[in-house]
Amino acid sequence: MTDLSTSVSIRDLSLSFGAVSVLQNLDLDIRDGEFLVLLGSSGCGKSTLLNCIAGLLEPTDGQIFIKDKNVTWEEPKDRGIGMVFQSYALYPQMTVEKNLSFGLKVAGMPKDEIAKRIARAAGILQIEPLLQRKPAALSGGQRQRVAIGRALVRDVDVFLFDEPLSNLDAKLRSELRVEIKRLHQSLKNTMIYVTHDQIEALTLADRIAIMKSGVIQQLDDPITIYNRPKNKFVAGFIGSPSMNFLNGELAEEDGKKVFRTNGVSISLAGYEASEALTPGRKAVLGLRPEHIKVDGDVTTEQAHEAIVDIEEPMGADNLIWLKLAGHMISVRIGGARRYKVGAKVRIGFDMTMASLFDAGTEERI
Amino acid sequence: MANISTLNATGAAIDAVGTELASGPRGKKPRKVLSRRNVMIYGILGLAALYYLLPLYVMVVTSLKGMPEVRLGNIFSPPMEITFEPWVKAWAEACTGLNCDGLSRGFWNSVRILVPSVIVSIAVASVSGYALANWRFKGSELFFSILIIGAFIPYQVMIYPLVIILREIGIYGSLTGLVIVHTIFGMPILTLLFRNYFAGLPEELFKAARIDGAGFWQIYGRIMLPMSLPIFVVAIILQVTGIWNDFLFGVVFTRPDTYPMTVQLNNIVNSVQGVKEYNVNMAATLLTGAVPLIVYFVSGRLFVRGIAAGAVKG
Ligand SMILES: Nc1ncnc2c1ncn2[C@@H]1O[C@H](COP(=O)(O)OP(=O)(O)OP(=O)(O)O)[C@@H](O)[C@H]1O
Ligand SMILES: [Mg+2]
Repeated sequence: MTDLSTSVSIRDLSLSFGAVSVLQNLDLDIRDGEFLVLLGSSGCGKSTLLNCIAGLLEPTDGQIFIKDKNVTWEEPKDRGIGMVFQSYALYPQMTVEKNLSFGLKVAGMPKDEIAKRIARAAGILQIEPLLQRKPAALSGGQRQRVAIGRALVRDVDVFLFDEPLSNLDAKLRSELRVEIKRLHQSLKNTMIYVTHDQIEALTLADRIAIMKSGVIQQLDDPITIYNRPKNKFVAGFIGSPSMNFLNGELAEEDGKKVFRTNGVSISLAGYEASEALTPGRKAVLGLRPEHIKVDGDVTTEQAHEAIVDIEEPMGADNLIWLKLAGHMISVRIGGARRYKVGAKVRIGFDMTMASLFDAGTEERI
Repeated sequence: MANISTLNATGAAIDAVGTELASGPRGKKPRKVLSRRNVMIYGILGLAALYYLLPLYVMVVTSLKGMPEVRLGNIFSPPMEITFEPWVKAWAEACTGLNCDGLSRGFWNSVRILVPSVIVSIAVASVSGYALANWRFKGSELFFSILIIGAFIPYQVMIYPLVIILREIGIYGSLTGLVIVHTIFGMPILTLLFRNYFAGLPEELFKAARIDGAGFWQIYGRIMLPMSLPIFVVAIILQVTGIWNDFLFGVVFTRPDTYPMTVQLNNIVNSVQGVKEYNVNMAATLLTGAVPLIVYFVSGRLFVRGIAAGAVKG
């Protein structure tokens, strides 16, 4: 990543509210035109970080660069950013058109230029018929579109979204998600998008930054985050139904590396970093439900016997919970395959897709 | 009540004929009008209303009687012969120790005190409330605490120092001085009122306006003000009634020719010349109280409408 192509860059950023420290020495580089998603549980500091970038909160320490310009002390309006809020934050007493034009009028832009920009934004977002309405007369999806339009008319380099879809119902959310993705593809702006919905993160992002109590745990593309989580927190946070974790220790049997848990030895053949697997090390084996194969699908040499405990049919998929050596393991199989409770099944673990974490540090081995 | 229940009953009857299934309870449960609960509630409310209305009744009746009738002493009996003379006299002719032009002089003085005081105090308080709620500046918490403490200090304590201060500035006894006094004493409660209201507005609206590049006054004037009609109505009610009913500041900070209506009323009622004209006194009191009453009736409705208009979420 060269400096030329960075759009937003955050250096050593810290922020505390009095005694509460929310962000600590955070570094983040966002490429030009990139769609970056900040993902994390509630209260981990996503909005705080976004507000710092927007200039709505003063950092306690650190610097913020936008387009290679140090904007740490700049006013929000001078940073070249537009922001979309969860609660839309439309000015209730103004019509949609006035909402869109407010910022431009404040900036003293000539009337015909304002009209041109509103027409363009309204065209892109298909809100032309709504321009003369007040926000109260709009549906949630329409309001959020107007809120995006307000960022759009400012013609900025960087878009900041703070959970823009979480006030909408599921159907509308998936519709607008696609629209935002399309918007990004046609505008090619840098977008920083805060959410705690992992589907949104995985579908929209070029890269995802997973945050936990003010610290970025992993910054990678969605596939890497999903398949090669850096630590147990990331592994457990991403994926639904979530990853299975088995506690145990590493060992060697007949010269082969194995993972031992409650007396069962699971072969680690195929796991990427086999040199680091020192015998005796306490570890956690993480397996996603779809990386465990059942009966006819088992391709690995080794297979284990397990007992079906509960079945959760979910339409396209069927999630079965199996008992294995005192653990409950969830396995995702095709929706058409059904099992009786108490049935015995053979399962095989796909070690190329597995994750091993140190039991102490919870870091990936 | 009765209308609604009969409507419901017919509705149910039609349904029953239509489907032949609809028996049993349906829709709103009919309630007995004379239930114990209703009797208690309306009984107590009625008694309380009576308790408060009785003196008012006595005043109104007395003010409509002539002096001979008043002397008969039946204060609860309605006037045998209605006369508006006491009202005219109270307004235009009643004498204080100094002059004999009734309450009218005090009324206009009060108006001249009221209008600027209400406008200035609300303007100052709304801006400071807005600044405290949205622009947390260094020491804003301290400032706010001091203001709140100010609300708890009995203001009699501050009168003497204030008199001296105003005298030194050279505006003691003038209307300007009184307007300033009203503004100062309105500050704590009004600022608290406005601060809490503005703090209750969605913070993201303020953030959005800042990203749009609006400054302190632009956000105040174009975003916050249009959303704050209800709280302004509340503030106006508070200030109009408070300032109109004020007596103490009026006596202390004005001169006899600029006395507000309340002081004038006191002087009329307490002047010791000849006989006590109870009917005139009653009429004068009612006249003085009319302004806050009218404000309540007019703005009460506006107030409800204001709240309803403000309840629309953006
Ligand atoms: N003004 C404030 N004063 C004190 N603490 C605050 C303030 N604002 C936020 N915090 C704290 O900072 C932390 C991070 O808040 P933030 O709003 O950034 O969380 P978030 O990641 O956006 O969560 P969510 O997903 O719920 O929006 C929280 O623990 C919160 O309690
Ligand atoms: Mg948030």
